[in-house]
Amino acid sequence: MSLITANNLVKTYQTEAIEVRALQGVSFGIEARSFVAFVGPSGSGKTTLLNLIGCLDRPTSGQIEVAGVDVSQLERHEAAAFRGENIGFIFQNFNLLPVLTAFENVEYPLVMVQEWPVAERHERVLKILKAVGMLEQKSQFPEQLSGGQKQRVAIARALVTRPKLVLADEPTANLDHETAYMIIRLMKAMRNDFGTTFIFSTHDTRIIGEAELIYTLEDGRLVQHEERLVANV
Amino acid sequence: MFNLAKIAMRNIRRYRRRSLLTISLIAFGVVFVLVFVAVSSSFKDLMIRQITDSYLGDLQIHRRGYVASIETLPLNLNLAPQQATNAAKVLKENPEIASFSERIKFGAMFSNFTDTTNIRINGVVPENEFATCPQMSARISGGDKSVDALKKGKILVPVLLARGMGTKVGDTVVIVATNKDGSVNGKTLMVSGILESATGPGGRDGYIHIDDAMEILRMPQREISEFAISVKNPERVDAVAAAVTERLGAIVKDPKKAPFQVHTWAELSPFANIARMVDLMTVFVKMMLIAIVLISILNIMIMAVYERVREIGTIAAIGTLPGKIRSLFLVEGLFLGVAGALVGLMASLGIIFGLYLWKFSFDFGQATGLILEPTIDLRQVTMACAMVIGVSIVASLQPAFKASRMEPIEALRHV
Repeated sequence: MSLITANNLVKTYQTEAIEVRALQGVSFGIEARSFVAFVGPSGSGKTTLLNLIGCLDRPTSGQIEVAGVDVSQLERHEAAAFRGENIGFIFQNFNLLPVLTAFENVEYPLVMVQEWPVAERHERVLKILKAVGMLEQKSQFPEQLSGGQKQRVAIARALVTRPKLVLADEPTANLDHETAYMIIRLMKAMRNDFGTTFIFSTHDTRIIGEAELIYTLEDGRLVQHEERLVANV
Repeated sequence: MFNLAKIAMRNIRRYRRRSLLTISLIAFGVVFVLVFVAVSSSFKDLMIRQITDSYLGDLQIHRRGYVASIETLPLNLNLAPQQATNAAKVLKENPEIASFSERIKFGAMFSNFTDTTNIRINGVVPENEFATCPQMSARISGGDKSVDALKKGKILVPVLLARGMGTKVGDTVVIVATNKDGSVNGKTLMVSGILESATGPGGRDGYIHIDDAMEILRMPQREISEFAISVKNPERVDAVAAAVTERLGAIVKDPKKAPFQVHTWAELSPFANIARMVDLMTVFVKMMLIAIVLISILNIMIMAVYERVREIGTIAAIGTLPGKIRSLFLVEGLFLGVAGALVGLMASLGIIFGLYLWKFSFDFGQATGLILEPTIDLRQVTMACAMVIGVSIVASLQPAFKASRMEPIEALRHV
């Protein structure tokens, strides 16, 4: 059974003068534990698609199911609760909370979203920080970390609740090639360790090769679907 | 809650300069209010004490209609002997009454055998009068300052009258008055002391022993013009007045036709209007504090929301419910208010204590050398702090709701 099923998704934005059709009838299915890349040039609809999968936005028409739930119909509160339970996010600009340490940033979803008991959440946070190689920097604030380190913390934050799905919008756009490659490998390793489905958008050709399933978008349409056999790290 | 508090505290520290400015502004408002309240209420209480302890008492009882005609001091509106006895019994039974003084008041001619003028005479029982008006002794500027100054055959002459007539302690004067039946009688008295005015330039009240007053007025039994009453706790004046009124009403069959009227000092003294103005000014000063807190907290919280749009988007995206986002900003506003209130409270208490030690001396009307010793009670402190904290929360509501209603997708796009 697919973790994600999208059926004829259409998303249009109405600006003052014109109507922008960001997605024009996109349909696809993604199995659990997949490592998927949505690729395409800027404006092709990658981010819009990730927003729909992540219940951050609603399609103009069409249907999208995530983990068996029709997320296109969720109310604000329901969508927030669903995201908190099922989806982790990794952002292009890392989006760590500047007033919290690396440890506290990773701990945040367990405290403010899922309300775990102290002892259990501390154990979980330390474990995930160790997995992403950030245990030594756990007491540092984001401003004290490099870009790659910030993204590692962001990956840990996305994974700490053990979500079914992690969405990463251009996760390597602000990183140098070496760090970008390392981050993608780390995401893949986390997929292997935790069984989480990773979906990321990118137009960075250097890292596309790590994806096992590649969807290519152009002008809001899926134009190519490529399954690849990539050696696991 | 601890985590909400931790994040709020760190965000306050994050914008250190701005937070300090807001806290300082709130603290300044709190200082202004508390010092103003302390000084104004101390001034008000001091003046009220001056008035009530000098001549008015906290409460007065008259026969119905007497106060309306008080300028003429009508003898036919005195309380009859039995009524006066009943009233005295009610006053003695009330445990909240410290003391009371019965007075016979009448208008008379005052003569030093050279000149003659008019005078208002208060015939009193000296011990009762000194107990009910403890400032009496301090008002006597020359002569005997004890209750002996009002022994039979003696008179305390008001200072303005003494100056005008050239009267000195030890002089002999004559008091002549018209009796209730229209006949005229007089009595020679010795000036035992000069009484400083507590009622302003028009003060023409002289004091004699109540038996002398009865003799001048040819009053076979003691009729009473007014009872001046001192209550143990001045803050309970109204409650005591109500209780006395009720008890006096119970004496007669129809309480509505009771011959007694009970008045508080506020109903008898024009200073009550000044006291009300002081209270009104206090209300305005408190409204200024509300405005200061409201504007400063609202301003800083609106800025906080605008500057943290992406952060709001991030925490909303990862599943933080709108209520939690709202709480984050409410707690932040609350902490700013609490910090401002605490700093302001500490500074206020320091300033008020400094003023208390300074013992600022001032004159007010005829009263000179009054010493202001400002104090502030816990109720005012609690009210000011509660007001600041309450307004801080109210001021944070709009920004907090704005943050919680943000669409995460739009917030994440914010540059």
